[in-house]
Amino acid sequence: MEEILALAKKVAEEAEVYMVSSEETPVQFESNRLKNIQYKQSQSVALRIIKNGKTGYATATSMDNPQKLVDDAVATAESGTKVEFQFPSAKIFPKVDIFDAAVEKVSLEKMTELGEELISQVTKYSPEVICEGGVTKGTYTLNIINTRGGQAGFRQSVFGLGIEVQRIRGTDMLFVGDHQSSCHPILTTDEIVKTTIRQLELAKNIAKVTSKPMSVIFAPDGVTSSLVLPLIPAFNGKTVLEGASPISNKLGEMVFDINLTISDNPLVPYNTGSRPCDDEAVPCQVTPLITKGVVSNFLYDLQTAARAKTKSTGNGQRQGGLPSPSPHAFVITSGNVSFDDMVKSIDDGIIVEQLLGAGQGNMLGGDFSGNVLLGFKIEKGEIVGRVKDTMISGNIYQLLKNIAAIGNDAKWVGGFMSTPSICCANVSVASR
Amino acid sequence: MADLQIVGQQLAELLKRQNADYIEAHLEESQYSSISYRGKQLESISKTTSVGGNVRALVKGGWGFVSFNDLNGLEEKVALAVKQARFVGKETSQFYESKPIVANVEAKIKENPALIPLSEKKQLLDEYNEAIWSTSGIQTSNLGYGDSHKKTIFLNAGGSFITQERADVTIRAVAVAAKDGDVQQAGLSEGSRDDFRPIRKLHKDIQQLAQRAVKMLTAPTLKGGEYTVVLDPILAGVFVHEAFGHLSESDFVYENAQLKEIMTLGKVFGGPQLNIIDSASRQRLRGSFEYDDEGTPSTKTYLIREGKLTGRLHSLETAAKMREKPTGNARAINYRHPPIVRMTNTYIVPGESSFEDMITDIKEGVYCKNWYGGQTSMEMFTFSSGETFRIRNGKIAEMVRPVMLSGNVFNTLMNIDAIGDDLNMNQGGGCSKGGQSSLPVSNGSPHIRIQKCLVGGK
Repeated sequence: MEEILALAKKVAEEAEVYMVSSEETPVQFESNRLKNIQYKQSQSVALRIIKNGKTGYATATSMDNPQKLVDDAVATAESGTKVEFQFPSAKIFPKVDIFDAAVEKVSLEKMTELGEELISQVTKYSPEVICEGGVTKGTYTLNIINTRGGQAGFRQSVFGLGIEVQRIRGTDMLFVGDHQSSCHPILTTDEIVKTTIRQLELAKNIAKVTSKPMSVIFAPDGVTSSLVLPLIPAFNGKTVLEGASPISNKLGEMVFDINLTISDNPLVPYNTGSRPCDDEAVPCQVTPLITKGVVSNFLYDLQTAARAKTKSTGNGQRQGGLPSPSPHAFVITSGNVSFDDMVKSIDDGIIVEQLLGAGQGNMLGGDFSGNVLLGFKIEKGEIVGRVKDTMISGNIYQLLKNIAAIGNDAKWVGGFMSTPSICCANVSVASR
Repeated sequence: MADLQIVGQQLAELLKRQNADYIEAHLEESQYSSISYRGKQLESISKTTSVGGNVRALVKGGWGFVSFNDLNGLEEKVALAVKQARFVGKETSQFYESKPIVANVEAKIKENPALIPLSEKKQLLDEYNEAIWSTSGIQTSNLGYGDSHKKTIFLNAGGSFITQERADVTIRAVAVAAKDGDVQQAGLSEGSRDDFRPIRKLHKDIQQLAQRAVKMLTAPTLKGGEYTVVLDPILAGVFVHEAFGHLSESDFVYENAQLKEIMTLGKVFGGPQLNIIDSASRQRLRGSFEYDDEGTPSTKTYLIREGKLTGRLHSLETAAKMREKPTGNARAINYRHPPIVRMTNTYIVPGESSFEDMITDIKEGVYCKNWYGGQTSMEMFTFSSGETFRIRNGKIAEMVRPVMLSGNVFNTLMNIDAIGDDLNMNQGGGCSKGGQSSLPVSNGSPHIRIQKCLVGGK
C-alpha cells in the first residue's frame, strides 16, 4: 500500500489507497440436504488521487502492477471531478467490537450440523416443505492510508444463518423463512425455527381480501422493504443538496409522526452493520435522522459535505466506485405496543411480512408498491389466514406522518436495519 | 501480470490429476470504465482492472467451489475444491457428459468502447445531460455509463479449453422533476454488445424522458384494481422474463417433485397464439454467446409453443437429473460465483394483431410503456412501468403516474388475448438471481394485451 501511495505522490498533489480483502465460507443446502461448500477469497485495491485539483480513481484486484493503477488514476483525473475536500489527517476512532476469533474456528462439521438442524426442525413440523439453507462464516479486512497522514483499518468477522422454505400445494406456492447475522458465531437455530414455524402455522388457510383502504401492520421485514427503502435516498446528503429529496429543506421540521425516531448507528457491538470508520478513514458516529418526528440530520461523505458546507458524518461508503453517502445501520426506536395488541386492535386489515417488487417505482418520491409475498389477514382482532394475489401501495410521507402504532418488538433485519412492527391506517390494498 | 493462457494450461494439468466425478475451472480478466453524473456535476470517472478465477468440483453429488483473485497456489485451491465436494457428497453424481471442446471465440467488435477516449465519452454524456437540463422543471438528473471488456477461459478435466471475449456497454439516465415536495422520476436504460454505436444516438429519447418526468408531476394516480392492460414491447419483454422466464429455469425444478408436476411438458400455460423462446444463439444481443460457462454451445429453446410448455433451461446437472438435453444456460456473472441456470435472450414470438386492433375494442383500460423493474417468486410476479396512459373507448387517453403490475403465472399468461406483430428486443436490462447481479440478458416481445391484470394504485 505504501508503495502505491509513494508512486502516486510523485504525480499527484494528494493520494489515498484503500484496500479490502475478504474470505468467506458459505455452506449451502438445497432440497433439504447439503449441496455445496464454497471458499471465496477476494481482494481489491483502490487509488484515489487529487491532481490539478481534480479526482482520479482506479481500482484493481491485484497488487502486482502498482504503476498501472497510478497511470489509470492519472488518466481519469484529466477529466475528473473538481475536488472540494481534503483527505482526513490522523483521527481517533470510536471503539466498536466487531471481531470474534471464534467465527473462524467454527468447523465445517459444525456449520453442516447447524444447517441440518434448521431443516430437520422445520420438516419435522411440516414434512411436505422443501428447504434451502445457508450457513456462512467470513472475515472482512479494510485498510486506508492517505498522504495527509490519515490512516484507518479494521477486521470484522461475520456469521450468517438462514433458511428459505417452500410449500407447494397444487399450484399454490408459499415462501417463508428467516435469517440472522452477527459478528459472533450463531450456534443456536431456535429463533429462526420458531419464526419459520409460526409463519407456516399462520399460513395454513388462505383468507379473502377485498380491495379497499385498510389498516396494515408492517412486520420488521415489511417495514424494511416498504417503508424504509425510500428513506435511504431521502437522507442521502447528495439528494438533499440537489433538492431532489422531499425533505431537502425540512431540516428541523416535524415531517413525521411524533413517535418516530430513527438514527444511523454503526456502533452497536457485534452487529454486522457496525464499524469504527467509513471507507474514507472518517470516524463513524451515531447520527440521529428523525428525532420524535423532526428531521434532524442528513448523511454525508467528504465531498458532499464540502459542497454542502458541513461535516462528513462518516457515511462515505464504496460500492465498487468512489465513496458516496450511505447509511450503515438504520435503527428505529421501539414503541410500547405489543404485536398481539396491535393485531387485537384491528377489525379488518393485513400484516405485511414480505413485499415482492419493493424498490421498483418512484422511491425518491416516497412511493412504494408491491405484491404481498408473505402476509396475513386480520379479522376482528384475529389472524385468520394468509393473503394472496394482493397488492399494497402507498406513499411513506403520508403514512409515516400519522402512525397508528409502533411495536415493542424491534428486531435486526440483516444487520443493516433494526425495526419494530409499525401499524398504519388507511393503506391502499388491491386484490383480485 | 501472469498470462491467463499459461495459467489456464497449468490448471488443465492440475485438473486431470484430481480424483473427482467432474471438475472445471474458470479464469477471467476484465477492464471496466465508468462515468457518472449527478445533476449538472460530474460525479465520478473510474477505471477498474480485475483478474480472478475459480475451481468447481463434483464428488458423489456434492459440490465444492473455490474462487480467488490470487493466482498463486493453484494446486491447493484445486485440492480444496475437491476436498469440499468430497465432504458434501453422499449420493451418486449425475452430470451430463459432453464432448470436449477447444475453441477460441474472439469478439466481433464493431466500435470498441474500450478504445474510445474517456474525454469523448464524457463529451457524449455532457450532451445527454444537457438534453435533460434543457427541459424546464427538472430538479436533478442522474447518468451512469459503464463499459467492460472481458476475456474468459473455461476448462475442464475432460479436455475442454474455451476462450471467449466480449465487450458490453450500458447507460442509464434518470430525470427527476420536483414541485412542492412532490418528486417524480423517469428513467431509461440502454445496453449494447460489442458495439458502442447504439449508445451514441439517444439524444431524442433522453430529452423525451426529461419531458415525461415533468409531465408526471401533474398526472393523476390510477386507482388500484383489475384492468385490461396493453403492454409495449419493452415492458412486455420484462413481463415475459419475470412472469414465465424464471419458472422455466430448471434449477428451481429439478429436485422438487411438486414443481416437476406443475411443470410437466405439455401443460397448458396460455392460449394457442402464445409462443415463448429463449435463445443465446440470436446474434449480437446482450444475452448472446457461443458457449455457456459449462462449455455447452448456445441453443434456441422453445419454452412455450402454441400455449403449451415444451422446454426448459438447463445446466449440465439439471439436464442429467431430468433426463433432458442440455440447453447451454449455465451462466455466472463472474469468477466469484459458480454457474447457475439463467436466461439469455427471452422473447414472445410475434403474432398478427396491430396495435390499433388491440386497443380498438377496449372501453376502459391501461396502456403501459417502458420499464422500471420486475421481480418474481415463481408463482407471483411484479413488474413496473415507466410510463402509463389510460385507454378510453379504443383510444389512448391521458397520462397517469407509472404503475406496478402484478400477476400469477397460472392465470395471467392465460389472460393474454392479443399478441402484436411488432417484436422489439430490449437491451437495457440485467437480471439478478441467487446473489448474482446484474447478468447481461435481453428480453423482448411485440405489444400484448392482458385481460384482468392486477394494478397497484390508490
